[in-house]
Amino acid sequence: MLSVQNLRAGVEGKTILKGLNLEVKAGEIHAIMGPNGSGKSTLSKIIVGHPDYQVESGDVVFEVNRKKKNLLEMSVDERARNGVFLGFQYPVEVPGVNNAEFLRASFNAICRDQGVEEMDAMDFDVYLRQKLEFLDMDERFLNRQLNVDFSGGEKKRNEILQMAVLSPRLTILDEIDSGLDIDALKLVSEGVNKLHNKDNAIVLITHYQRLLKHIEPDVVHVLHDGVIVKSGDKSLALEIETRGYDWLLA
Amino acid sequence: MQIVSKDYKYGFVTQIETEEFPKGLNEEVIRKISAIKAEPEFVTEFRLKAYRYWLTLKEPDWADVHYPPIDFQDLRYYSAPKKKTDGPKSLNEVDQGILETFNKLGIPLSEQKRLTGVAVDAVFDSVSVATTHQEELGKHGVIFCSFSEALHKYPELVKKYLGTVVPYKDNFYAALNSAVFSDGSFVYIPKGVKCPLDLSTYFRINAAETGQFERTLIIADEGSSVNYLEGCTAPMRDENQLHAAIVELIALDGAEIKYSTVQNWYGGDKDGKGGIYNFVTKRGLCAGDHSKISWTQVETGSAITWKYPSVILKGDFSRGEFYSVALTNHKMQADTGTKMIHIGKKTTSKIVSKGISLDQSSNCYRGQVKILPSAIGARNHSRCDSMLVGPEARANTYPYIEVKNSTAMVEHEASTSRISADQILYLKSRGLDEEGAVSLLLNGFCKEVFKELPLEFSVEAVRLLEMKLEGSIG
Repeated sequence: MLSVQNLRAGVEGKTILKGLNLEVKAGEIHAIMGPNGSGKSTLSKIIVGHPDYQVESGDVVFEVNRKKKNLLEMSVDERARNGVFLGFQYPVEVPGVNNAEFLRASFNAICRDQGVEEMDAMDFDVYLRQKLEFLDMDERFLNRQLNVDFSGGEKKRNEILQMAVLSPRLTILDEIDSGLDIDALKLVSEGVNKLHNKDNAIVLITHYQRLLKHIEPDVVHVLHDGVIVKSGDKSLALEIETRGYDWLLA
Repeated sequence: MQIVSKDYKYGFVTQIETEEFPKGLNEEVIRKISAIKAEPEFVTEFRLKAYRYWLTLKEPDWADVHYPPIDFQDLRYYSAPKKKTDGPKSLNEVDQGILETFNKLGIPLSEQKRLTGVAVDAVFDSVSVATTHQEELGKHGVIFCSFSEALHKYPELVKKYLGTVVPYKDNFYAALNSAVFSDGSFVYIPKGVKCPLDLSTYFRINAAETGQFERTLIIADEGSSVNYLEGCTAPMRDENQLHAAIVELIALDGAEIKYSTVQNWYGGDKDGKGGIYNFVTKRGLCAGDHSKISWTQVETGSAITWKYPSVILKGDFSRGEFYSVALTNHKMQADTGTKMIHIGKKTTSKIVSKGISLDQSSNCYRGQVKILPSAIGARNHSRCDSMLVGPEARANTYPYIEVKNSTAMVEHEASTSRISADQILYLKSRGLDEEGAVSLLLNGFCKEVFKELPLEFSVEAVRLLEMKLEGSIG
């Protein structure tokens, strides 16, 4: 589904990713771990298309229904409409914009693009409430302004709600566990697990192993200085927990 | 952030033969204006009194706007398409160039293409060129004509109300307007009549170096109601042009006036060159009990705006409302807001102001809520929100609250937020394109005002704002 090939990229003229390769298939959960400054967040920003980040060389190919698309040639919103979703480390507060209206506008933008009929306000309300129930979320989420005055945990849960509503093929969750207490972490993880299926793929970007106790990855990668230095199964994450990163970076 | 704005599509000039006065202002010029319009004596006297008073005044400098001094002798005070000084009797007499101008502005005046459900008075520089739907309105006893025509046909009505809401002594620009006012609209809705059509005036400044000083007077008699819409545009010119209007509204017992404006005068280029100085005095008087006056404005143009549509709540149980969206871009400066003066018992007022500042513009809300001792049980609620786009835009809020009655309740809420590139990116990352993201932000921010806009206006007005915003957020 996602193929990152020899990617060199950075920000403000500084190269951060230095020839990164990554293959993610449908149905898989990957975890990308690494110490601070290894390039984890840069990777997520390149995949979503953040305008401040520049690609120097390499390819990012996204494949859905056997159609291959070069993500790097697509705008941020085109990528989203094609099924790429980034759960932000710091979800942005957008005053004045109602959460439910925002979700409907996004959902319908994707429908239009995919040639599917848009949903009117009534139908969408029903659909949205199903998703809330599925994620065990309170309907009070709907009538608030987008992320405004949300607690850290609520912001992250709202990201998962967006993921549920937009049903992306590829989800990248950037430090979804940061700033969460144990209860919030459980709620967020349960949501992700419920939304995962054989047709979508999830890439977890995380500093800590604790998230991986709740969401079990198929593959764990360790990123260091812009390249993946080691890949393995979930036992690699456990090893990192006991031994730290140093033994991998030497 | 990329700072580029969409072009001003109304910036064209119509080539037309005009009759215009030489530049400068003195008593002779005023007598000439009055003579050319063959005005009744009381109007000439009113003008001269205003002029003499104006000479004693100084330009106000308390507003949060900055501009070089205006040389009032270097302006022209009258310009009209040739031979149409009386206002044409029928559309056949209207100059083809002018008809085309209004067509181009989306205001067709010809019988076949008229806007359905809206009667239009078209004002071109100093004169009204056409008023549509006269016949249909006449059936209901509604008077809707140019101000000049009203002076001839209904002098008693005009005399009774002219200057009663905005006296010529009100302020510098009100005095100037009272001395040199050219044309505008006059509306009278008889007792108990709900005006069957929305009434609309479209103001177009065309001539160079000419000021536009229109005057509008709307009287809603007991138990009547009317919806009035106003639109305005001007050519793009490098020089600044002065527009100093007066609007007076009078609502008698149980009457309702809803006055909506979409103001899109040319606002100057991105370096602040050119544009209209929009110095306007708009005020409504809720003269009767249970009367209601509501101002809705979408302000998107003018180099400088100085405008405070106000309501004097004299009748008991009367209500005043002010809904405003003011958007400034480039180097535009806006100082706008409202005044709600509570005199009658149980009077209520509501203020909703949304300021959006882009680029290097400055956008200031200035509002006064005054509760007099007689206003037992009066209530006001004000909400003023500012949105800043980009690091150089400015917004200020100056609320003045004066309460002289302990039974009154006054609430004021204010907020300032900033649109950042991060917000746009976040919305885009969920599949919305630039247009969709901006529209969501704008509609979210201005929701309470947009729902007050009449249908005929709202789509175009919202689109106008979206276009200006899209250009500045990138």
